Amino acid sequence: MPAPARSRRWQWLLVVPAAAPLLTPYANRIEPRVAGVPFFFWYQIACALLAMVVITFVHLVSREDDHE
Amino acid sequence: MSERTIEVGVFVALMAVVVLAGFGAARWRAPDNPHTLEEWGVGGRAFGNWTIWFLLGGSMYSAYTFIAVPALTYGVGAIGYFAVPFAVITTPITFAFTTKAWSVARRHGFLTHSEFATARFGSPGLGALVAVTGILATIPYVAVQLVSLQAVLRTVGFGGEWPLLAAVTVVSICTFRSGLRAPALLSIVKDVLLAWMLLTAVLMVAMYGGWDSAFDGAATRFAATPNPADGLLLPDTGHLGFLTLVIGSVLAIFAYPHALLGMLAAKDRATIRRNAAALPVYCIALAIMAMLGFFALARGVRPADGDLNTVVPQMIHEFFPPWSAGIAYAALSVAALIPASVMSIAAATTFTRSLYRPYLRPHATQATEAKVSRWVSLIVKFGAAALILAVDPAFSVDLQLIGGVVILQTIPTVFLGLMTRWFHRAALISGLITGLAVGVVMLYLTPRLDGAGRTVAEHFGGSSWSLGDGRSIYVGIVALAVNLAVTVVVTLVLRAAKVPSGADATRPDDYLADAGDPYLQRLDQLIDGLPRADEHPGRQREGVR
Repeated sequence: MPAPARSRRWQWLLVVPAAAPLLTPYANRIEPRVAGVPFFFWYQIACALLAMVVITFVHLVSREDDHE
Repeated sequence: MSERTIEVGVFVALMAVVVLAGFGAARWRAPDNPHTLEEWGVGGRAFGNWTIWFLLGGSMYSAYTFIAVPALTYGVGAIGYFAVPFAVITTPITFAFTTKAWSVARRHGFLTHSEFATARFGSPGLGALVAVTGILATIPYVAVQLVSLQAVLRTVGFGGEWPLLAAVTVVSICTFRSGLRAPALLSIVKDVLLAWMLLTAVLMVAMYGGWDSAFDGAATRFAATPNPADGLLLPDTGHLGFLTLVIGSVLAIFAYPHALLGMLAAKDRATIRRNAAALPVYCIALAIMAMLGFFALARGVRPADGDLNTVVPQMIHEFFPPWSAGIAYAALSVAALIPASVMSIAAATTFTRSLYRPYLRPHATQATEAKVSRWVSLIVKFGAAALILAVDPAFSVDLQLIGGVVILQTIPTVFLGLMTRWFHRAALISGLITGLAVGVVMLYLTPRLDGAGRTVAEHFGGSSWSLGDGRSIYVGIVALAVNLAVTVVVTLVLRAAKVPSGADATRPDDYLADAGDPYLQRLDQLIDGLPRADEHPGRQREGVR
């Protein structure tokens, strides 16, 4: 059974963690550093954390639809 | 006791535990009916949240990743970090698309991409082509795992061919006996060991001046090389090559048989969705490993015999306390054996379901399927071992590169096919073959350059196609673009000519089915005309009613 359109729409949020790691041309810099790690490198770690948050959120708001 | 003795002692003791666990895995939540391919190949599709998480971590974040990625950042700097954005992007895509693949596979009893291709586009020929492509791409992937294992064993002091063959034999027997249960159980052991290794590594970096000094030291070393492309940041001309490599790698992972196999072992859709949310933890582990390449470079770690794959094992030997080094070596070795096992299961299942059954023995029972797959999994592993023993290990890395480009060509069928069946089966076949030809020819024409830009070999010198102005593009993406263009044009022509396309054995709601679904296996007869459901009463049980 297809899920209601309203909670399907939340799935579009997944585009954010899928696209953010591709912004490397803008992330190609050393400063600011975090714990000595240049921006280019910790930016991807931040993207991983963002992916966890966004995916968890989308999973929770559309969870009812799983029990079809 | 010398430091080396402690290292080797801890390593050998842990490996013995691992082997015992692998043998015992067949008893782990033992099934009622162990002689079916469903049980052997995907653990009866009954794995829960934690098991799947460990299994996926074990099969996708392999020793090759943990050894080759730091070797790349050590060698060329920022470009080697492509693996991290690649890994991050796979997680939201897993959430959105692997659930669809799981549902359709669950309802139809698929274990492989190739079976899906056959059913979706009504073409056993397309399925067979996808199967052959998948198997050809998987064998060198198994081989590079064994190359990584060899690099670890050599650093520990077990050089030569026999230790490698012994390891392959042991893991083959475990897989033969226990199927997917063996790598799933070992993945848990591996992650505990790996977590310890990462903790030690982070403490090591902190004790030697922190990441500041690691990155600054690496920057100084990169500045001293003649290669303009290396460094802590991407050169201005490096973005296209970097991004196409990331995107190509992301797509490829959804086409490799082993990545799908792990997901199909999940017990329901929610398991996959929760796993997608938790998988970025592995991305962070990978990022730390990748950055260790800079630490090794800054500290002047020298690879053994110029083989960059030994950078990480060497760094562990020089900077870890000996007992921690033993743990780390065990972690890396298990991390090589798990994917080798999962990949060989995936290749064997693909062979059985899409080549053996349709073409060689149409009425094979499930017991025969499981038996054939067991033996084929042995052939795959020993074939991969023979490959690296017979040819230069560096060549197996090249084969893996070709494998990545090759597997990408099945994307229109197995990934886009989840969303649309607009493509015509004959168009998909022509696109796949054109894409393969373009990809392999481009790889053949790529010369290998040394750091200063001189040609050291004429052919198969990497997967970056130079555009002449300093920029480069990943060959796999170019070949995939050609493949898609051919597929679209041929589809349009065939549709205009009213050539009938094959029947779609799947229905829209198949892509949303979940555990407990009453229509499970309903369409068996339509797929290949075989009364499978009748012959195997055990299948009914899987419906989890």
